[in-house]
Order: sequence, then C-alpha cells, then structure tokens
Amino acid sequence: MTFGVRISVWGERACFTRPEMKVERVSYDVITPSAARGILEAIHWKPAIRWHVDRIHVLKPIRFESVRRNEVGGKLSPASVAKAMKANSTAGLANYVDEDRQQRAATILRDVAYVIEAHFDLTPKAGPDDSIGKHLDIFNRRARKGQCFQMPCMGVREFPANFQLLEDGEALPDKHDSLLDLRDLGWMLHDIDFEKNMTPRFFRARMASGVIEVPPWHSEEVKA
Amino acid sequence: MTAIAHRYEFVYLFDITNGNPNGDPDAGNLPRLDPETNRGLVTDVCLKRKIRNFVSLDKEDASSYAIYMQEKAVLNNQHRKAYDANSLKPEDKKLPKEEEKARAITSWMCNNFFDVRTFGAVMTTGVNAGQVRGPVQMAFATSIDPVVPLEISITRMAVTTEKEAEAQSGDNRTMGRKHIIPYGLYRAHGFVSAKLAERTGFSNDDLELLWRALINMFEHDRSAARGEMSARKLIVFKHDSAMGNAPAHLLFDAVKVSPAQADAAQAPRGFADYRVAVDHATIPAGVTVHEML
Repeated sequence: MTFGVRISVWGERACFTRPEMKVERVSYDVITPSAARGILEAIHWKPAIRWHVDRIHVLKPIRFESVRRNEVGGKLSPASVAKAMKANSTAGLANYVDEDRQQRAATILRDVAYVIEAHFDLTPKAGPDDSIGKHLDIFNRRARKGQCFQMPCMGVREFPANFQLLEDGEALPDKHDSLLDLRDLGWMLHDIDFEKNMTPRFFRARMASGVIEVPPWHSEEVKA
Repeated sequence: MTAIAHRYEFVYLFDITNGNPNGDPDAGNLPRLDPETNRGLVTDVCLKRKIRNFVSLDKEDASSYAIYMQEKAVLNNQHRKAYDANSLKPEDKKLPKEEEKARAITSWMCNNFFDVRTFGAVMTTGVNAGQVRGPVQMAFATSIDPVVPLEISITRMAVTTEKEAEAQSGDNRTMGRKHIIPYGLYRAHGFVSAKLAERTGFSNDDLELLWRALINMFEHDRSAARGEMSARKLIVFKHDSAMGNAPAHLLFDAVKVSPAQADAAQAPRGFADYRVAVDHATIPAGVTVHEML
C-alpha cells in the first residue's frame, strides 16, 4: 500500500461520455474513475506504475448544457475498401468532409470541480530503479508546479482541466449544499480493461455527501 | 524537423462587428450563446477549421504542409498516399501487424500533414493509419461580455423556382434573415504540449506557422455571414522547460480584459472600449510572455 495523492481539478465544462450514449454524447453526472486516471496520467505516468482512483469528491452542483457541433461522420465500409483493393485503385473511395458531415449534440457538464484521491502501485514493468517514493515525489513536484506532460482534460480535449495539488493535511475545499444528501448515480464506467481486449467494467456509483468511494479494480463490485 | 522543446500556453482575443462568428445548428444558426450568462461562444473546432484553411492557403500544398481534414478532401485517398509511400498493402480496419510498419504509416501522416501533426487525427477509417494525439489543444472561446444577437430581416428581389413566381403572381420577392452580433470580443485559450510534439514532430517552424495562422486567419475568412472579424491580441506564454514551469490557470489569470472606462454606460461597440493588461508581476519565474499581436 502506498501513500495516496490528492489533487484538486476544476474546469468550465466537462464531458464524461456515457458509453450507451456516444453518438449524441451525454455526459455522466460526475467524473468517471477512468477520466480521473487520465488526468493523473497527463501529469505523470510511466509504464512502471498504475494509478488507482480511490475516492472522488464532487464540489459543485451538477448542471448540464447542450452544444451542437459539426463533426465528421462515420467510417468507410470495409466492403467498398475491399472492392477498391481488388481493383487496385482508389477511384470511388471518396469521403468528403462536406458530404460526410453530421451535426451532433453533446449534453455536457458546466462549471465542475472535483478532488481526486488516488494511489498507484508498481506494475511488472517496473525496473530496479523504480520505487514508489520516486514516482510519488515526481508526481507531487510536477503537480505543485503546474507541470504536465500534456494539459489534462475533462473527458474531451476541448475542455481543459486546471489542477492543483492538495498538500498533506490541507483541508478539502467546501462542497455545495445541494450535494449533501445520498445520491445513487447508477451504473457507471469504472475503467477499460486493456488486458482483456478493452472490456469496459462498471460499478454502482453512490455519492454520499459529495463523496464517491471507488471500489478497487478487481473487487466483487466491479462488473464487466 | 526537430520538435519544439518548450511548453506554451496562449490567450487569443478576437472580435466581431455586425456578424455571426459561429452559428448554432440547434438554434437556427443564431450565434452560439451560453444560456446561463448570455455570453457568446465559439467552438474549438470552428477555430481549428480556420487555422487549417489558413495553412492550406498559405502553403499552397507545399510538401509536408498538406491538410488532411480538408473541405472536399478525400480522406481515404490521403491514407492511401501513406500506404503507397511505404509500398504496403492496406488491410481492412487494422494497422499492419508489424508495429514498425504501423509506425511508418503514422509518422508518414505526421510528416506530410500539418493538421495531423498539430491537432492529431483518428485515422481508423476503412484504410487504417492509426491514431495521433496532437500537441495543440484549444478550448471554447467565450465573449468577455454578454452579447445580444439581432435578427435582421432582408428581402430578395428574385425567387428560386417558377412555382414560387406563380404563387406570388409575378411579385418575385422573398424574405430572408440574418443573425448578427453588433459587437463581441472573444477570448480563447490554447495549450501546446512539447511532449506530444516530440511524438508527432511538431517543429518550431510549425509553431511559427500556428501563430501566423491565428493572427491572420480571419483575413482570409470573409463572408456575408461573418461581418468583420479580426484577431486583436495573441499573448503567448513560453515555459523554460518541456513540462512547464507554472500552472496554466495562473498564467491565464494574469491576462485581464476590462472595460476601458469603469463606468461605461454604453454597451461595448469596439475594441477601444476594452483594455487588455498583462500583469507581469504575477508571472512565475521560468515563464516568458510574448505579445505576438
């Protein structure tokens, strides 16, 4: 067991897309453990470590907004590619952005703020000079200075996530009053199992006084 | 092509006079509004489209500056170029099995297409060329003050079809409408990750081109709907290190846009009604500020 880290993240907008509503995107009510892991990894990650999100604190009321944008549509059908491959020419394999346009709405979150509590453990890829302390120090140093590998985001890259390290002993920011009752958020994506051919795994998210306890990755409560 | 070695953030201010910067398909092409604050919005993809258009005008398809997501570009022909250049046979829906070849295709795409290098691209179409995450990340642009979209009715002295002409018994007039914002100053934030640039080969020349595109992109994007749009300020924060030396939000907070007169009774109708100040005292060590415009 390692020492955990606590990081406070906030942003204007967020979109943690529900897998069952991906075309016209609808966001979950709160950040998913997998998106939280992505934020941590944007600050520090090496193949030697694996992040585990333990707890998510929701600080602001849950509010939605809708945005509709032009997006490029689907993929080309394999059949037509196969045909073109046979003919050995690209004629007829046309895919124009202007003609392949879809307008998709996204129901996104507004004005979000969370505190992510997480820890990491070492993976089999850890070499002899990888120690928990070293990576913990690197993460803390970077988060303190605002350094990052890339700007972390709130689900999608157009919504950047500001972040700040919560030092040991530092109190959590205040939560909004509307979050104080118990709320069942239903089945929520925990993370994607990359070892098992990208199987999503879900857990039953419950928010009590704005805190979501995230069950460990391989526990009973997490179902594929 | 050596990749950039510094992290950057930028604040970009542009304004619009009597035009519609970005229509909302959900609201009959009215300018996008944030329903809570009535501030105008311009999406990230709208700005990226203009950057792409500027680069394709500026570079005229010079080699290694091709644009992948073109209006009327044939996407899969672009992929095909990657395969042809590496003389590989495309396989359905998956990257070539040998990682080496897959990497060759992705890096060929990055080397040849400016927008793949810059913004990244998902190339998992029928002919697969992998996925690229680009170094440049942009957020939505928001107007400084609430904007008031006006609906302007216009008439036309002609009709489209015979049928309409008959229905109107020869009085060939139709009505149309335009949505405009009298004035709005918008602020956008962007990020350039040096670490992701290493992977796509986004170089200093590319960065210069990106700044130039931001400064000039409205000059080549005139249209009846746009009115007068112009880039007003581009303030770039350059970090000493690749990982960065300061949190982005602190840097953005140092750029303050305020009314030129504190007690202005009138709604802003020009850039002169605003004052842009960079609070250099709050900029942490290790970050330099460049006002490109």
